[in-house]
Amino acid sequence: MSSSPATAVLDRNGLDALVEALRAEGRTVVGPTVRDGAVVLDELTAAGQLPFGWGSEVEAGRYRLVPRADGAAFAHTAGPQSWKAFLHPQREKLWSADRAADGRVSFAAERPVRPSYAFLGVRPCDLRAIAVQDNVLTGGYYRDDGYRRRREGAFLIAAECTEPGATCFCVSMGSGPAAEAGFDLALTEIVDDAGHRFLVRVGSAAGEAVLSRVPRRVADEETASTARNAVDAARERMGRSMPPVDLRTLLGGTLEADRWDDVAARCLTCGNCTMVCPTCFCTTTEDVSDLTGDHAERWQRWDSCFDLDFSYLHGGPVRASARSRYRQWLTHKLSTWYDQFGSSGCVGCGRCITWCPVGIDITEEAAALHDELADRLRRQDAEETQR
Amino acid sequence: MTGVPVPYRVTRVREETADTVSLTLAPAGPAGLARFWPGQFAMVYAFGVGEIPVSVSRIHRHQLVHTVRSVGAVSAALCALRPGDRVGLRGPFGTGWELVRAAGQGLAAGQDLLVVAGGIGLAPLRPVVLAALAEPRRYGRLNLLVGARTADDLVYADQIRAWSTVHGPLHCAVTVDRPTPAWRGHVGVVTTLLNSAAFDPRHTTACVCGPEVMIRATARDLLHRGLPAHRIRVSLERNVRCATGHCGHCQLGGVLLCRDGPVVGWDRACSLTSVREL
Repeated sequence: MSSSPATAVLDRNGLDALVEALRAEGRTVVGPTVRDGAVVLDELTAAGQLPFGWGSEVEAGRYRLVPRADGAAFAHTAGPQSWKAFLHPQREKLWSADRAADGRVSFAAERPVRPSYAFLGVRPCDLRAIAVQDNVLTGGYYRDDGYRRRREGAFLIAAECTEPGATCFCVSMGSGPAAEAGFDLALTEIVDDAGHRFLVRVGSAAGEAVLSRVPRRVADEETASTARNAVDAARERMGRSMPPVDLRTLLGGTLEADRWDDVAARCLTCGNCTMVCPTCFCTTTEDVSDLTGDHAERWQRWDSCFDLDFSYLHGGPVRASARSRYRQWLTHKLSTWYDQFGSSGCVGCGRCITWCPVGIDITEEAAALHDELADRLRRQDAEETQR
Repeated sequence: MTGVPVPYRVTRVREETADTVSLTLAPAGPAGLARFWPGQFAMVYAFGVGEIPVSVSRIHRHQLVHTVRSVGAVSAALCALRPGDRVGLRGPFGTGWELVRAAGQGLAAGQDLLVVAGGIGLAPLRPVVLAALAEPRRYGRLNLLVGARTADDLVYADQIRAWSTVHGPLHCAVTVDRPTPAWRGHVGVVTTLLNSAAFDPRHTTACVCGPEVMIRATARDLLHRGLPAHRIRVSLERNVRCATGHCGHCQLGGVLLCRDGPVVGWDRACSLTSVREL
């Protein structure tokens, strides 16, 4: 890698060439594309499949695509999927076992697959989410080998955020809208009188190598400052924000708050928030056998802490009430994640707000918990003063 | 590789109670798992049925004993195994009891040892008793207090009888919740046995396992008697799927029980077990 971060400018054709260059390397290029009324993540064979001319309008419990006159490709907010669908897939076979006629049993690990992904258009919030999952799944004493193989082969092209949505709060979580690290290439899209173009910053030697095979021009100061201004402006246009307090302490101190009953009365415990969350990593296992009973397999699939089975011990679930399950999700995300993995589990992407069928808003819940705690402390102070 | 089970052969099946068996397991191939420490657990796989976490109840060279109570699909399948049958094992996982690994070293060195078990909670504690009896000079006075619902629910009854009668370094007492007509021993919850034990609360390490309500009651009593919270070691239970800290099931607040437990100090466990449905 060169000592100074190389920057360049791509035009629309340059973006086409970028996808071609990645595919020529044998990579599976995955990026946003429009399908079924949403921006989804799927394999791209050409840059033309990106959601050019589409934006999204989001609110709590609401998501709509809206056409954009400017033809921008990365002006949409987070869709229902995140990159974990590729790095930490919904279903994965772990091993199979066979029982011979004499009763002997043998186990065989699933043969390692080493996909070579290139993710095009990773939002800074999602870049952080990938780093969070890296730490959870490969940062401890035991490593998830399947995840590690998929992750090691992945080439990440970030797309900085210039069009935050109404449910976005990455600024509160310190994860956006600028892409600062963890990418091979970072794009900032600009559409103005000077044309439709992408400022490219290099984040790794692999990124530099790919960029060298793509027609580009040296970044001019005007393009660079326009890009910077657009990202800075996005910082001021976040749709939501977390209460400006230490969330880890707040959630650790409100386990018995009344607010949990309030949110439990609205929560359907459907688990949508955990499915769309880019950091939620929980899985369960399924043991299956064929009709002979002598061939068995272990599969891993996504699980949700909202599922009653999640905390099941003989006799029943530990967390039976909706109150306890929502509390588990929120306290884990914002507080106990620090104890377990040394960081917050929330990146401020807003997906859990957008895709909650009843519009429960994580920022609103955190604020309500903060208000309740502040209220309680005020009353305690008053009582002590009276004494 | 911790993700794929290693085949083990059932060499012995011992019926402990009407619903509980002890399985002695030996590696079916040339290689077994790494050595277990008392308090650690294995993921035990019943072919085609599933896998559950089970603490080791005895470690004898390359052989392991797991004591399993039939309470669900997997444990029922394990309880139905016969000598010669195969299981899959993964492990060893988790933290162990604070035993003295070498003379004079560790939290429990030279301390009175107080082992308190409720029901099948005695299973993960048996290796503690056996290790202490093997090297009693590393500890102060040794106490084993056991509570069971009825005399028929007592696991390792023969062994307990031997420990109770033999005049040795171990003080052993048993109580039951509900006496049968033949029962001549103590009746009541296990904490009622604490007065019979000889230990200096300022110099004691306690190892406690049983139903969570029993653990809480015992820990509260021991704190009251002056044991520091970190010297009260408890083994907790939660749903465990992966045992490698990646599946999220065994969370208890900030603790991942497969990684940070199952044995934790009461200084950490107290607040975690006092919030309902945490």
